[in-house]
Amino acid sequence: MLEVDIRRRAGDFSLDVAFAAPVGVTAVLGRSGSGKSTLVAAVAGLARPDLGRIALDQTALFDSAAGVNLPARKRRIGIVFQESRLFPHLSVRSNLLFGRRRRRDATSPDLDQVIETLGIGHLLSRRPRSLSGGEKQRVAIGRALLSGPRALLFDEPLAALDAERKAEILPFLEALIQEVALPVLYVTHALEEARRLARGLIVLESGRIVAAGAIEEAVAAAGLATAGDRLLDGVTVDAVVAELDERYGLTGLALGGHRVWAPGLIGAPGAPARLRFLARDVAVALDPPQRSSVRNVLPGVVRGVKRGDGPYASVSIDVGGAVLRAEITRRAAAELDLAPGRVVYALVKSVAVSRA
Amino acid sequence: MATVASLPVAVLVALALARGRFPGKTLLDGVVHLPLVLPPVVTGYLLLIGFGRRGPIGEALEACCGVVFSFRWTGAALAAAIMGFPLMVRAIRLSLEAVDRRLEDAAATLGAGRAGVLFAVTLPLALPGLLAGAVLAFAKALGEFGATITFVSNIPGETRTLPAAIYTLTQTPGGDAAAGKLVLIAIALSLAALIASELLARRLSSRIAG
Repeated sequence: MLEVDIRRRAGDFSLDVAFAAPVGVTAVLGRSGSGKSTLVAAVAGLARPDLGRIALDQTALFDSAAGVNLPARKRRIGIVFQESRLFPHLSVRSNLLFGRRRRRDATSPDLDQVIETLGIGHLLSRRPRSLSGGEKQRVAIGRALLSGPRALLFDEPLAALDAERKAEILPFLEALIQEVALPVLYVTHALEEARRLARGLIVLESGRIVAAGAIEEAVAAAGLATAGDRLLDGVTVDAVVAELDERYGLTGLALGGHRVWAPGLIGAPGAPARLRFLARDVAVALDPPQRSSVRNVLPGVVRGVKRGDGPYASVSIDVGGAVLRAEITRRAAAELDLAPGRVVYALVKSVAVSRA
Repeated sequence: MATVASLPVAVLVALALARGRFPGKTLLDGVVHLPLVLPPVVTGYLLLIGFGRRGPIGEALEACCGVVFSFRWTGAALAAAIMGFPLMVRAIRLSLEAVDRRLEDAAATLGAGRAGVLFAVTLPLALPGLLAGAVLAFAKALGEFGATITFVSNIPGETRTLPAAIYTLTQTPGGDAAAGKLVLIAIALSLAALIASELLARRLSSRIAG
């Protein structure tokens, strides 16, 4: 558990945040200038907050009242920076071992296993300057992991990469983050990355936390869905593969008490899978449809209806185990008389269900 | 000799000037650069007063460790070191200031202490500058004349430096041919030092370039 409760003022900007990040990934989302970098520097021990306390597993890293301020090298926080910051005069192997050599007492993951997970075995004798951006970041992640950290801090690790490189590195990140049982703080300005990797979300604006909690709740609370991207907006839910229909190439997933069908054979039964439901792909019905092509009919209860200024309305439906959002017209919402508490059916075409 | 012995001191001073924040920094900066702007004869005279047999520092050194500078080759080396020092410090300081502080931060988060950061990151990255500083100081030491002749005179086989020897020969009737040879040696030595440093620096910086 990483606990942060700090204040720092620099010029006319002030950061004032308090949160706790448990084991698992907590994303910190904010635009540039929202205080993300200040927060990273404070937690890392590279900038000193004016006031407050930072604790990791009950050990104070910084405590202004008790006069504690551990230097960065003693904090045991592995950091992956946006610009990778590999040492240019050292080989990839020496970079990987840089932290490990200096913390012999620490239990860090197995070198060979990290190299394999990150797919960097063929790069070991090369120098950082001959690596691509994606490769550099993979090495930087390995270097942080191998330094025996008690928490990980990702500072916009993908921001400097193009879409292709991002897509290349995300699976590695996902795999690693599942494996390490550490608090992971993932700082980003990209909601999609946060959705894909994190369970918890902290939304930062002008140095203040405007929303925090489970990822979809925080997204909703912060009103992150703007008019421009609202049609691409949706929710991410955790499901488990239950059965495969190999004849039709479909996967049945257990979500709450329901069965959701998605195209493709996603994984073996029992494997976890993150699903994404775009709000525009979810429809609402008062009765279960008869003789329809829609395979996924999930009974649920309306939690809330948000009507904007435009023609759209956003309906949250609790289907037990997940809260889906349906983007419908205001007229449909009015004609179905949708209101909190109403029993409805959320309809999702199978072809619209995708892995997050 | 002068170059090798003064390099660690120069690195320390350059570090203090590049990174340190302490009272008297400007004063240190000034003192270090003094030999660059003072007439060399003045520097030599000051050395003579300070490190001569009767000088406060010279006397103490002789009493405690039997080290004598005045009118010995060690004195010539000291004079050369002092005269080359500001050049060396300048070059090293510039290259230290060019080292990316963010890499040092990254090293700290990986568990490196201050000394660890210095030896594993900062100095290797500043190596081309260190080398350039050393070569400059070497060239300066080779050509040093004024301070040396004032401090330790021009004793054959003991304190006669290359320029002093050339000067002596040009003052001697019929010494032109011998002087010419020495001039050629001086040119060859200087050129070799320059070329060697240039090659090394190029190799180093191509290794380091991110």
